Amino acid sequence: MADDAASRRRRDPAPSRPNTGVAQLLAVFDDPRKFWLAIAVVLVAVAVAPLLFGQYATVILTNALLYVVLCLGLNIVVGYAGLLDLGYAAFFAVGAYAVAILGQQTALGFWAAIPFALVAAAAAGVIIGGPTLRLRSDYLAIVTLGFGEIVRFSARNLEITGAASGISGIEQPSLFGWHIDSPTEFYYVFALLSVFAVIASVRLANSRLGRAWLYVRHDEDAAEAMGIDRVRVKLAAYVIGSIYGAIGGIFFAVNLGAISPESFSFEQSVLILMAVILGGMGKIPGVILGAFIIVLGPELLRDLGELRLLVFAVGLLLIMLFRPSGIWPSRKS
Amino acid sequence: MLLKLSDVQLRFAGNTVLHDVNFGVAESALTSLIGPNGAGKTSLFNCITGFYKPQGGSVVFDGHELLRLKPHRVTKLGIARTFQNLRLFREMTVLENVMAGMHCRTHAGAFAAVFRTPGQRREEAEIRAEAEDCLRFVGILDEKDRIATTLAYGHQRRVEIARALATRPKLMLLDEPAAGLNSGEKDELIGLIRRIRDERGVAVLLIEHDMGLVMKVSERITVLDHGRLIAEGTADEVRRDPKVIEAYLGQEEGEAAL
Ligand SMILES: Nc1ncnc2c1ncn2[C@@H]1O[C@H](COP(=O)(O)OP(=O)(O)OP(=O)(O)O)[C@@H](O)[C@H]1O
Ligand SMILES: [Mg+2]
Repeated sequence: MADDAASRRRRDPAPSRPNTGVAQLLAVFDDPRKFWLAIAVVLVAVAVAPLLFGQYATVILTNALLYVVLCLGLNIVVGYAGLLDLGYAAFFAVGAYAVAILGQQTALGFWAAIPFALVAAAAAGVIIGGPTLRLRSDYLAIVTLGFGEIVRFSARNLEITGAASGISGIEQPSLFGWHIDSPTEFYYVFALLSVFAVIASVRLANSRLGRAWLYVRHDEDAAEAMGIDRVRVKLAAYVIGSIYGAIGGIFFAVNLGAISPESFSFEQSVLILMAVILGGMGKIPGVILGAFIIVLGPELLRDLGELRLLVFAVGLLLIMLFRPSGIWPSRKS
Repeated sequence: MLLKLSDVQLRFAGNTVLHDVNFGVAESALTSLIGPNGAGKTSLFNCITGFYKPQGGSVVFDGHELLRLKPHRVTKLGIARTFQNLRLFREMTVLENVMAGMHCRTHAGAFAAVFRTPGQRREEAEIRAEAEDCLRFVGILDEKDRIATTLAYGHQRRVEIARALATRPKLMLLDEPAAGLNSGEKDELIGLIRRIRDERGVAVLLIEHDMGLVMKVSERITVLDHGRLIAEGTADEVRRDPKVIEAYLGQEEGEAAL
């Protein structure tokens, strides 16, 4: 527990990390002018992408942006708070089904249904996280895995969720008379969501709560000794992650107009987790990159036909092998 | 009495580590807890701070019973601690480490953070200012932006003390803060401990094996041996106590010191 009387050895100061090429490249971001220039370039690229590429590419890019939101949400749980969640797609499902059902069964309308969907996801987060976050993290992985399957199983068997065929005919939303219905319009909606997701993630990371996640992840006992309630702080991460997931699900549902249980499978959870780990847990630009690689990778390898998933998987494995802490380099030296 | 332990009993699988310990720390006092290796000193700290759950007795601090409280609740009530083995947050800067202490004195949550409310920004500034103040107090403010675990060992010890100070405690528990320090650093530590009490009004309870340091700094000394309190008094009284001499017999560092 707190102290081990037997080991009273001095801990040697950690050796400083060697300065790799990527780290030097990253030094660009230490200059605020260059940093904002890089941000501006990325934003412009996001804004003009649908004009440059065709309809098909726009749809794929929209999916990548959805993944950005989902991955940033899971990154708060896994990257910041260090909790392994194997059933993250469940929250994605809760958000999607909540707006779909409310749209079908009530006269609330899309925007008024959003708060209910978010509350439903947050409540699910508390119900799953509350009892399990007190336990060791391996239990959490198992419980979340089970939760993900339960949600999908329920969706496939309940009448209100449309059983195996799911819910279709989900109405597309209007905003101040603007009817959001074309793929390009949805692309911009997801681009906006991604920007909000990034801003919220950055702000959380640089806050009292964000630091508390790191403290707890590094040393639970020392964090407790600093007056940090580790269960509460972890629960906050879990609930915030579930809200990100639900936001992704809500807009996913209205974008496609139809949802079915298979959109929220275990593989979905694994893909999101893989993107986070691939990009680099806890590193926002890395996670964004990871989301794009996971979505665009198989598309770019389309020419390989049957082999593409195999090639993609091997590529991922190699990256993991050579950069176990993710593609994005650590900034602190 | 600021802190009062009555009949505290702690067992691990039939092995009794603390036998009915009665013990107190007065407001703004400098007290030391000494005893041979394995006497149960660190275990006593862990009982006070909520890391261990004693089987019996009571621990009252500032009018609150601590026995059933989680560690973070104890800290919030005003007891801060350092660890026998350094427990700094790795990969984080000195400043970030010390900012941890202010967590229990601030409130902003996720909503305030995402929307950068005026209250949240004020609080962030306050957390930073307090952390810097604590670092200035222990004398390592100019190292605030370095990764904490890359500091010289003696300075890492001070980061831990600054971090504990940032919780704004009434009582500070230091577990062997001089271990691994050279004699110059030990003298500085003595000065620091005195200033914590004199300038901040914080009571200090110190576990330490360096008898020279203990004799210099403490107003009262309590001796623990095999889980029992065997002596209590001023430095001179304890030094002459035959039970204390016996407890330390055969222990090199004790013999040399006494
Ligand atoms: N978590 C634990 N489980 C089992 N036994 C423990 C535990 N913690 C402490 N003990 C036992 O309690 C006894 C006292 O240990 P403690 O660490 O409190 O001694 P100490 O006085 O701090 O010694 P030192 O001067 O070496 O730090 C030892 O015999 C130890 O093995
Ligand atoms: Mg000890």
